[in-house]
Amino acid sequence: MNFEFSDEQNLLREQAAGFLGDNCPPSAVRAILEGDAPFDADLWKQIAELGWTATTIPEAHGGLGLSYLELCVIAEELGRAIAPVPFSSSVYLATEALLLAGSEAQKEAWLPKLAEGKAIGTFALSEGPGHPSPRSLATRSAGGGLTGSKLPVADGDVADFAVVVAGSDAGDGASLHLVALDGDGVARRTVETLDPSRSHAKIDFDGADAEPLGADGEGWGLTQRLLDRAAVLFAWEQVGGSNAALEQAKAYAMERYTFGRPIAGHQAIKHKLANIYVKNTLARSNCYYGAWALSTDAPELPVAAATARVGGIQAYYFASKENIQTHGGMGFTWEFDCQFHYRRAKLLSVNIGSEGVWQDRLIAAIEHSRAA
Amino acid sequence: MDFSDTPTEAAFRAEARAWLEANQPTEDEFAGLGELQQAKLWQKRKFDAGWACIRWPKEYGGRGASAIEQVIWNQEEARMGTTFGVFGIGQGMAAPTMMAWATEEQKREHLPPLASGEHIWCQLFSEPAGGSDLAALRTTAVKDGDEWVINGQKIWTTGAQFSDYAILVLRTDPNVPKHKGLTYFFLDMKSPGIEVKPIKQISGDSGFNEVYFTDVRVSDAQRLGAVGQGWQVALTTLMNERAAIGGGGGGAGFRQLFDLASRVQIDDRPAIEDRSVRARLANWYVQEAGLRYTGYRSLTALSRGELPGPENSIGKYVGASKGQDMASFAMDLLAMSGAITDPEFADAAGLFQDAYMGAPGGRIAGGTDEIMLNILAERVLGLPQDVRVDKGIPFNEVPTGAS
Repeated sequence: MNFEFSDEQNLLREQAAGFLGDNCPPSAVRAILEGDAPFDADLWKQIAELGWTATTIPEAHGGLGLSYLELCVIAEELGRAIAPVPFSSSVYLATEALLLAGSEAQKEAWLPKLAEGKAIGTFALSEGPGHPSPRSLATRSAGGGLTGSKLPVADGDVADFAVVVAGSDAGDGASLHLVALDGDGVARRTVETLDPSRSHAKIDFDGADAEPLGADGEGWGLTQRLLDRAAVLFAWEQVGGSNAALEQAKAYAMERYTFGRPIAGHQAIKHKLANIYVKNTLARSNCYYGAWALSTDAPELPVAAATARVGGIQAYYFASKENIQTHGGMGFTWEFDCQFHYRRAKLLSVNIGSEGVWQDRLIAAIEHSRAA
Repeated sequence: MDFSDTPTEAAFRAEARAWLEANQPTEDEFAGLGELQQAKLWQKRKFDAGWACIRWPKEYGGRGASAIEQVIWNQEEARMGTTFGVFGIGQGMAAPTMMAWATEEQKREHLPPLASGEHIWCQLFSEPAGGSDLAALRTTAVKDGDEWVINGQKIWTTGAQFSDYAILVLRTDPNVPKHKGLTYFFLDMKSPGIEVKPIKQISGDSGFNEVYFTDVRVSDAQRLGAVGQGWQVALTTLMNERAAIGGGGGGAGFRQLFDLASRVQIDDRPAIEDRSVRARLANWYVQEAGLRYTGYRSLTALSRGELPGPENSIGKYVGASKGQDMASFAMDLLAMSGAITDPEFADAAGLFQDAYMGAPGGRIAGGTDEIMLNILAERVLGLPQDVRVDKGIPFNEVPTGAS
């Protein structure tokens, strides 16, 4: 039994934590949250120089060719730091979509730039309220041009290209398209969201040039496979954030005095923090299994990914709201940093399908594995 | 990351499995025996072949195996379905305490019969006034020559009705603060003056007892640790109480609930197709998986010769409430029939109804939910202890609420 990261992976974790501690303190998050810049460009540049954007890209395409375990380690630390960079869009989604479905030419065109952080990619699925299905997708491709609106698209205002899910009459009812976002027929504007430390956009396509990514009529299946992989990485970010929120709550409870002693000594607070710890621990253990399934491309991945995702959503929401509660009135002020976790927790939970969607996927995956 | 055994572990697993397959009692051998007799037969067979209490040193009846080998053995034995709980307290709690605190002669006398299943031990700790606040116990021992005379009452004692020996903590000095006036002993349960009365639980079962002491005499030689050191000795026992890996489980788990939801109907469709049913099932699956993989992380630590981290202690806390909620939900799915316990009509032979009625006990036994949260908060997160108004006060001056 070896259900643990290797020494090298743990060393990477230490390095990542040290780097982000120095270069992505809460003040850096606040600068993006309060300012006009869509993301922390300096931090993004340094992250690319460290090779994090190149982690799972094969060496032949300019990457490091490391395993998904390394990417999970990085994801946890980015989540802990609430990093204001387009990492999840570009790495977990756009890069992974290319690795999953890209032609050799498409990989050649984009992967080296993604590895270097010179290009930012994103994934465009949502078209407004509700979780989309192939039947609900109004974005369609006709005669080589893509038409429709995507809202919101994470990092859509800063990305160089998007992997767009469009409806199709063929196969499973959807197809993926690779669209350069600086071309004709693409209009985009920034959309404010709950978490201004991450930028979002509305993108309107009007006959935009679009290359098919994978076969027409296989887009919905590819999307599900992509989401399974991304779910594990999002869950690691959520677990990193949950633990940071617990540490923040604990630090405050230890120094805040009421009735003549630290509030951390009152059972109401102790039990609250212990319950956060319990949820975080279960979520982390489920993430371990997700990491294993992702790194080995195991047939258990759909179950493992949904399990990690549901646990991550619930743990981070709970930790982030109870962190504010532990801080009392100060936690509700703009001046305090508790809001960062509360915002990021919700953003991460509605991204790539929310709790109910993944609960349903989990039971469906269990049904599927039982029927097999 | 991988889930495979190391070559050494694999070899041990193969050896254990081969022995188990060759020696597992047959249905004929078990026929006509009660559960206790079955357990003793199996335990003796393991002992004679060197497969009982395998982590213990050989001179005390064990095999000198490593912690990970113990886990592998447990997994293999569980796979065969031949585990019995009746020796758990003696082998899991009394024995480690004896190993740490008894004389060499006592260990050689008492540990082998514990390993062989010849002797069953119980734990006489809790009292009507000393449960979560265990150190507030009041049963007294007064020195009389080379003996101590015990008077008082213990409660919630699992297996007292068939135990041969007991470990117990007694108040030997009420004039000092509560933790300092305790002394730890072991004694023969057949000693004159001991009366065992079963307690009927809300489930209708009687798994544990009240134990009354009237002028019961125990030799000073059966004292473990110094006079007044009983709390320290008790901590050895308590640290072993939750040492078991994993947690959760039980008879009414996700699999049983999933099967139930697949066969009962809501609005002419299987309940499992209902989104709200799926959401709740998913949450329990996530909890159950989280406990399972937390156990795997502990196993990894054991496999590397490290001690598992404190994350292991969440198992009972999470598992008990999960079991209660799942049983309750299962009965809701059964609708009116959920209330039926009549074996002729009850679904799944009353599995969920039994779980529902047993669950409140799980949340209390071996440390209540609230005590578990205190432990996690204080020992894992390092938060301050509660204010203790009885701190430093002689025990006999501490307010008790009793007249």
